[in-house]
Amino acid sequence: SSDTLATLKTESETLKTKLEEERAKLHDVELHQVAEKTEALGQFVMKTRRTLKGHGNKVLCLDWCKDKRRIVSSSQDGKVIVWDAFTTNKEHAVTMPCTWVMACAYAPSGCAVACGGLDNKCSVYPLSLDKNENLAAKKKSVAMHTNYLSACCFTNSDMQILTSSGDGTCALWDVESGQMLQSFHGHAADVLCLDLAPSETGNTFVSGGCDKKSCVWDMRTGQCVQSFETHESDINSVRYYPSGDAFASGSDDATCRLYDLRADREVAIYSKESIIFGASSVDFSLSGRLLFGGYNDYTINVWDVLKGTRVSILFGHENRVSTLRVSPDGTAFCSGSWDHTLRIWA
Amino acid sequence: MTINTLSQDGVQRQQMPCLTKMERMIISMQDPDMGIKLRNQRLLITVIPHAMTGLDIVEWLIKKCSISDEEALHVGQLFVKYGYIYPLKEPRNLILKADDSSYRFQTPYYWMSTRWPASELDYAIYLAKKNIRKQGELIEYEKECYNALHKRINHTWDFVVMQAREQLRASKQRRKGDRIVLECQEQAYWLVNRPPPGTQDSIDHGPERRTTNTRVQLNAEFYKKEIEHNRISLARNRVKSSICLESYVKYCEQYQPHDPIMQGCLPSNPWITDDIMFWNMNSETVALPTKLRVERWSFSFMELLNDQMGRKEFLTYLEKEFSAENLCFWQACEDVRHGETAKIPEKVDEVYKQFLAPGASRWVNIDSKTMEKTLEGLKRPHRFVLDDAQMHIYFLMKKDSYPRYLKSELYKNLLARAIVPQETKKSVFPFMRRQRHSSPSPALATQTAEDDGKAKYSNSNSGTASRL
Repeated sequence: SSDTLATLKTESETLKTKLEEERAKLHDVELHQVAEKTEALGQFVMKTRRTLKGHGNKVLCLDWCKDKRRIVSSSQDGKVIVWDAFTTNKEHAVTMPCTWVMACAYAPSGCAVACGGLDNKCSVYPLSLDKNENLAAKKKSVAMHTNYLSACCFTNSDMQILTSSGDGTCALWDVESGQMLQSFHGHAADVLCLDLAPSETGNTFVSGGCDKKSCVWDMRTGQCVQSFETHESDINSVRYYPSGDAFASGSDDATCRLYDLRADREVAIYSKESIIFGASSVDFSLSGRLLFGGYNDYTINVWDVLKGTRVSILFGHENRVSTLRVSPDGTAFCSGSWDHTLRIWA
Repeated sequence: MTINTLSQDGVQRQQMPCLTKMERMIISMQDPDMGIKLRNQRLLITVIPHAMTGLDIVEWLIKKCSISDEEALHVGQLFVKYGYIYPLKEPRNLILKADDSSYRFQTPYYWMSTRWPASELDYAIYLAKKNIRKQGELIEYEKECYNALHKRINHTWDFVVMQAREQLRASKQRRKGDRIVLECQEQAYWLVNRPPPGTQDSIDHGPERRTTNTRVQLNAEFYKKEIEHNRISLARNRVKSSICLESYVKYCEQYQPHDPIMQGCLPSNPWITDDIMFWNMNSETVALPTKLRVERWSFSFMELLNDQMGRKEFLTYLEKEFSAENLCFWQACEDVRHGETAKIPEKVDEVYKQFLAPGASRWVNIDSKTMEKTLEGLKRPHRFVLDDAQMHIYFLMKKDSYPRYLKSELYKNLLARAIVPQETKKSVFPFMRRQRHSSPSPALATQTAEDDGKAKYSNSNSGTASRL
């Protein structure tokens, strides 16, 4: 009955308020205060070092290969391209049978890529160097959701894939059999992003969604172990701080925020009056000192994670920056945009 | 003028908090005291009130937000793109110029948050008015749209023409200045909402979110689960912020020399100098590692294990200590956890035979409680059945062997011999750019490993098969 539903909803809201009160109790200092003694960052110069041209439409997602120089990118017109970003050569290209390929990932071995989007699936394509071979022929259909695929990533091997979807769930899949190993329910709306924790025990991941919530999940049990609800709009991107003790999120509310998992609360907000448009994609530099945010106003803002200040703004893209990732060895980061290009910055 | 406050499509509107923020700033810009000083602008023989220059806008933004002129121009440009400010002299060119070009604020009636998505009917009426006024001489793309609309909503066309005539008659009764202003406003609205071909579509927002099909069911079960989750969260153990935050300062400090974007890297950053020495010197199979790399192994046990070379060195050390089986066991458990589901039972069996069975050749020393639990679990092997045992051995290595390895001659020796590369500077002569060499694709491993049917891992040496 609607009475019970309303009561349950109120009870949940009350508990949430209590939770925020509890979380506030141990918050004895702000991050920028602790960082007062840290040396300020000097003049910051980063330039576009490579421009990857070849997509005929909006670039939606990108991922680096572990070899530190190859990249896979996907776009609105269904094309998935593998580049050697260093030489800017295109090495492989696949045309998906759907448009808006919003997710793509490079396998840890470098021998395959995964992608998906409006087809509601995640497919794995083994990469072949035989120029005559049609990559689509060996395609493996792995994940099946009931709405669009928003993100995907391989776990520590080529054999498992983690996905998030517009159907409000995340799931873990066995690549070989296509079997679902675990599903994750708890978001109240579309899940837009996810990131694997770099922890010793390697068992958790974080997701963010249209319900303004970010959730940390236990991969073995499917349980949500922690959740945070301080953003004022959709969360487009989540990324762990390199130590694994915290994660950052970028949202349509034009802010990026940092959440500490041990303190169990939001510990920093990265915002500025002149930044009006949503952050679509975030990533940390190797040491975690810098947070790079790609925004829907075509710019990239660079934040001093510790001091909370904006260190630099990078212009160059001619449309939304939709995806941004730092390279595996931290020498550069790559941004993908609705202007059809990818740029390497260093 | 009535402002349509009805939410046309509540769901989509939620996606655009940027509009709320832009509108807040637009209102600030129009503040009588702190806003931009507006003045009359002469347009041919008419005087248009409440106009401002592009420079006014940029300067106001610089002052209000404490930003550079480049950023201020960029922010101002967005207001023009989204139709909150429109140019007077060249209305079709939705660009902000930081000079004395004239601009006006768009009336809230035409704000994107109030009138979006633009209605087809309204567009038809607008084009019909233009068509009448210009006696059929519409611009090419407008002509095409007009004809297409005529076909599509033919059944209401009489209404469209009637409305167009009525609006034209009403506008003739206005003062010339007002009439021109209204025409500019309307034109600006349509330039944003029906951009001419070739111009960027600022209202393109990508695929819809929160669609009605396959929505998450916010039923009793959902809320009960949420309540349970919140109850558990309340009881959670938390750490004081000061302790947590201090750890970031330490982490950033420790890793700063290793962060190429923060502090550069030696010999040079390949992306900047086109020289790949840095990658060659840090490859998995290099003869002698760099000092920074070996130092990093001392930051945490995970850093040591994540580096293939570090792992090899550690194994060598463990062999000397006759405890190599620990690392091998740990690796085998990883293989089970991250491998193919179908191969789990056979892999678990192998692990049991090699490491856990009484009298096993590489027997690992696990406490009796964990061993008992593991052996019980082996009766029904699943992906995580070895987790407890693996964790026990992991922490054993971390607390015992790892610290001793760092103090060992093996490690200290390697650290002493490790290389500190010489810096290569970027070529002084830009036309003498270094050739960018390609590298063997990791996909080459597919050929060899496919036959072995090996599962591929993040740290596996993909080999350096030579390219043909």
